[in-house]
Amino acid sequence: MMPYLLLSSLLFSAGLAAALLRRNAILVLVGIELMLNAANLNFVVFWKFGPNPESMAPALFVLFSIAIAAAEAGVGLALILALHKHFKSTNVDDMNLLKG
Amino acid sequence: MSFDLAILALLIGVSAIAAITLRDLVHCVLCLAVTFASLAAVYLRLGAEFLAFSQVLVYVGAVAILALFVVLLTRTGEPRAESRFSPQVMIPLAVCAFVFTGLAAAAWSSSLKDSPEAVGASMKLKDVGRELMTSYVLPLEVLGLLLTAALIGAAILAKADDGEDDEVTDLGESQGQQQRPMVATTHSDPKHD
Repeated sequence: MMPYLLLSSLLFSAGLAAALLRRNAILVLVGIELMLNAANLNFVVFWKFGPNPESMAPALFVLFSIAIAAAEAGVGLALILALHKHFKSTNVDDMNLLKG
Repeated sequence: MSFDLAILALLIGVSAIAAITLRDLVHCVLCLAVTFASLAAVYLRLGAEFLAFSQVLVYVGAVAILALFVVLLTRTGEPRAESRFSPQVMIPLAVCAFVFTGLAAAAWSSSLKDSPEAVGASMKLKDVGRELMTSYVLPLEVLGLLLTAALIGAAILAKADDGEDDEVTDLGESQGQQQRPMVATTHSDPKHD
């Protein structure tokens, strides 16, 4: 199971790098999606290699996680659209006011 | 580590790194779709067919395409000539390297490292559906409510800002009318009301 865990570590670190480093809000959201996918991959790997492979709980956890990630992406991208209309930019460095 | 897993891992690694480093956002989002599709192949390889199909449907089909739409909607002509990365690079990179080594070390030192792959384990769609309708029916309903609320909220977020945008364009129009003599603009405001 080591290759899978290393792969999910790489995915998580790449997502973290995007969320911390990129200036574009869409790429920050992409980084968050990558981190969520790394967590999902870990769920499936620990189901497959764990002591209880007949359980269906990991599949449902990943299913719920995918659905919540879809809701998060929808709201996040709508927020980015609204911010773009307001600030005329998707650069997170430009969004430094609570009251626009 | 078998050959097909090596190919998938290479594909995921390269496309994920490309998705977070490329300059053109459209290329980033397309690389992200490749990452999601390769992850679906990994799920298939692990015997989780239903998760692979929902990964393709939700991530490749919805999330990546939605992100692509937003990239195209927020594209403003010429890209600005500034760096695509934040000014402070070293500290976040150090944090990422630290997180990666920490995760890899934890995986390396775990007692599950040498556990065998459960050969016959497979997520049958029938079992997933039965579990969803019996033990997990309440979370399923809550999830449906959450998705409805989130999508209505997203629609309201975009729509509410349309109103503000109209006001902004009205302002822009009235500013544009300043080319006329001042008397005309002062008379044009009551007409708008």
